[in-house]
Amino acid sequence: MVYIPHTDEERQEMLASIGVERMEQLFNDIPEQYRYPTLGLTEPVSEMEILEELQELSAANLNANDVPTFLGAGAYRHWVPSVVDAIISRGEFFTAYTPYQPEISQGTLQAIFEYQSMICDLTGMEVSNASHYDGATATAEAVIQAVNVFRLKRKKIVLAPTVNPQYRAVVRTYTQGMGLEIVGDEDPTLPLAEVVKLVDENTAGLIIQSPNFLGEIEDLSGLADEVHRRGKKALLAVVANPLSLGLLTPPGAFGADIVMGEGQPLGLGLNFGGPYLGFYTTRRKYVRQIAGRVVGETVDVEGKRGYVLTLSTREQHIRREKATSNICSNQGLTMLAATVYLEALGKQGLRKIAELNYHKAHYAAHEIAALEGYEIVNVRPFFNEFVVRCPAPVDEINHFLLEDTAYTIIGGYDLGRDYPHLANNMLVAVTEMNSREEIDDFVAALAEFQVTGGYHD
Amino acid sequence: MTEPLIYELSVPGREGVKPPKLDVPPSELPAELFRAELPLPEASEVDVVRHFTHLSHLNYSLDEGMYPLGSCTMKYNPRVNEVAARMPGFTGLHPLQPEETVQGALYLMYHLQEALRKIGGFAGVTLQPAAGAHGELTGVLIMRKYQLDRGETQRDTILVPDSAHGTNPASTHMCGLRAVQVPSDERGNVDLDALQSLVGEHVVGLMLTNPNTLGLFDENIKEVVALVHGCGGLVYGDGANMNALLGVMRPGDAGIDVLHFNLHKTFSTPHGGGGPGSGPVGVVERLVDFLPGPIVAQDAELSDDEAPYFTFVMPPKSIGPVKSFWGHFGVLARAYTYIRMLGEKGLRRAAEHAVLNANYLLSRIKDVYPLPYDRICMHEFVVAGHFAAAPGVRALDIAKRLIDYGVHPPTNYFPLIVHEALMMEPTETESKQSVDAYADILLKIAEEAQTHPELLHDAPHNTPVRRMDEVRAARKPVLRYQRET
Repeated sequence: MVYIPHTDEERQEMLASIGVERMEQLFNDIPEQYRYPTLGLTEPVSEMEILEELQELSAANLNANDVPTFLGAGAYRHWVPSVVDAIISRGEFFTAYTPYQPEISQGTLQAIFEYQSMICDLTGMEVSNASHYDGATATAEAVIQAVNVFRLKRKKIVLAPTVNPQYRAVVRTYTQGMGLEIVGDEDPTLPLAEVVKLVDENTAGLIIQSPNFLGEIEDLSGLADEVHRRGKKALLAVVANPLSLGLLTPPGAFGADIVMGEGQPLGLGLNFGGPYLGFYTTRRKYVRQIAGRVVGETVDVEGKRGYVLTLSTREQHIRREKATSNICSNQGLTMLAATVYLEALGKQGLRKIAELNYHKAHYAAHEIAALEGYEIVNVRPFFNEFVVRCPAPVDEINHFLLEDTAYTIIGGYDLGRDYPHLANNMLVAVTEMNSREEIDDFVAALAEFQVTGGYHD
Repeated sequence: MTEPLIYELSVPGREGVKPPKLDVPPSELPAELFRAELPLPEASEVDVVRHFTHLSHLNYSLDEGMYPLGSCTMKYNPRVNEVAARMPGFTGLHPLQPEETVQGALYLMYHLQEALRKIGGFAGVTLQPAAGAHGELTGVLIMRKYQLDRGETQRDTILVPDSAHGTNPASTHMCGLRAVQVPSDERGNVDLDALQSLVGEHVVGLMLTNPNTLGLFDENIKEVVALVHGCGGLVYGDGANMNALLGVMRPGDAGIDVLHFNLHKTFSTPHGGGGPGSGPVGVVERLVDFLPGPIVAQDAELSDDEAPYFTFVMPPKSIGPVKSFWGHFGVLARAYTYIRMLGEKGLRRAAEHAVLNANYLLSRIKDVYPLPYDRICMHEFVVAGHFAAAPGVRALDIAKRLIDYGVHPPTNYFPLIVHEALMMEPTETESKQSVDAYADILLKIAEEAQTHPELLHDAPHNTPVRRMDEVRAARKPVLRYQRET
């Protein structure tokens, strides 16, 4: 039997010790009519057979690492140093539970403490939790924190239309029973300067993103002050790309109250969308309103430094319905991957990776801008993602890039899906993984599409 | 033995792993946008490898020994699962690639949805929720929206038994609903009289953990379900304890309308030091349209017998997406591998042996550790961690003394309805020898409690750090590295 060590003889001894004769007697509390249904599952297979099947399934996909890829929109193809998987593959880390017993969990606890420290430094913030499921759920938790800070008395949330559309959808899913008024993104073209004006005394928080979903780095100077003034201390929450913070002045330096987002760029593979990592930081004064697990430093009975899960009186297992959130886990292993990534690259490495993204994206944008029929839409500076107005629907161009050229390229994201006014606009992501040759091929293929008039059989 | 923080190992100017050289002409870097300082540590690759290797040695893990945390199902994490999740065609897959380029991944997701649907006895399954608590939130949102959709706008209450996980009332609260507690009876079941007095047209539904957190199968399940359905409510099943029921009972057959699975418990995916987990949700027919999405469906037009074609669809009355993209695909690949390898028979055997191991451990210690409900248990059980003859000893002391013997303590102080609770779940992957060894240690500690209580009070003795000052941690929180100024 797979993964069950018992021999027949042992089974009999154990049943006898319990005082029953047959295994079935252990289930007598279950009404008989429900017992032992036929499920209709497949026959068991061996390790050899399942690996063969999985290899086939794996090969039935187009691996984005095997072809030039310019798709981002919330998940990015980045280089993952070998050391990351080597560390997270250690059984001491991945087969451990949440570190409830600190005496035998210092490895996980200290890793989380280092993660919290580095994420705070990266975002320019004061406290970080031990992570959320992903950027979208971290954003939803930011909304809940803002509402909780005002003890549910303020019900209005202003959400910029340039926040990732999936994040905005998840915010609405999470809060559908909370009776909130969520405004700001009804008009997808509303610029940030106008969005801010929606903040008033009934507003708990403004949620923006920078670099925003269209790749642009928002002007954050004075923004927090304006939000605090218009909204009488309403919170400013900023969704950030953590890799961009290797280069950009962090939102914390501009006075943001919450900085959160998707940690996937920090050493996590694409993995078809997950598991990723939501990072979450806030100001010290809000530490008791933060959701999720938090690790703190303390000493043991002998005065030796160590780490524990702390501030748990906010949490569901103690506070039940009064908890700040229902969360009872963190993203332990992906958090560890991000921690190893940040430590392995370190101060200089992260800056260099961020610069590579910046320069390569700008090189690509420069080359595409020179093509007839294509135009770079962004007016503000961008990091590694930008918008290209195309001469045809984006799905036609993408189909051409993938199927009809000599190149086999995964093109960018079709912004018309979420922003009607951006039909024919492609969101292009360029990272350190895109070599100059890939970028040049991409540009050549776009030019070729224009020349040949696009898709034809 | 402790390990310095990476900041304390950092040396100014030291480089870590090296990024590639720039191969395009540089662009201008607008200085006004850029940070002057990036205060990350500076360590070499070998520094980092040694640092984490040292840290790993400070962790107890399932690979080292028995980890019988009640309600957590710490079963062996098969290594083939890790290989499965690291297939290059999975790890390198962008979630927004065209559907025709991700058919292998969609095949896996579709068949995992189907397997969970069959295991639970449901009509539909979503794989999107990221964890058990996330599945609960999803389930309660589905119940709420269903009630609103049929015009039952006055329903605002979720009934939660007092033995439930704290996530149940917390999830309820997040959905803007009221959690009302239902007491347990003297056999550890939901108290039917109390339930009778609590049901009514204000009830959205009941959240039932069955087997409950005492490890007992609720003998009144038929009556409980009938009472809740009778008032127009729905029954939510907390699937945290599904490991007892695999192939033994389908919750859907018993009238459970919605249930979350914990792939990281029941289906052997690793706990990872706290995550990532995965909390798929199964529902009966009348709730299928409310599932979060998208979910994977077979496209009838583009499929033929030889080659099925899979596509994402959004259920028509969906509560909306509960996270980015489609779920924790890497975790799904592991659970799929596990289910395929065990098959129908293997899953039932897993449940049976989980229950066998729990009852066997209980049979070995129940004359010594007070048992609040003396019944055949399911995959876990709860005893009281205190002895009349050793009044100064608490469950916490027993837990810490277990560490001295090189094993992981059980869950303590949960469920809240048992005084000084110790909740033990050995799981099916422990051998008789390892369960016996654990029982021997528990019996020895019970003896020590009377003869040498100080051994328990001062435990653990030989760990990298000893009992921590948790009050200090919470009163004066130090939550990040403090630089010397």
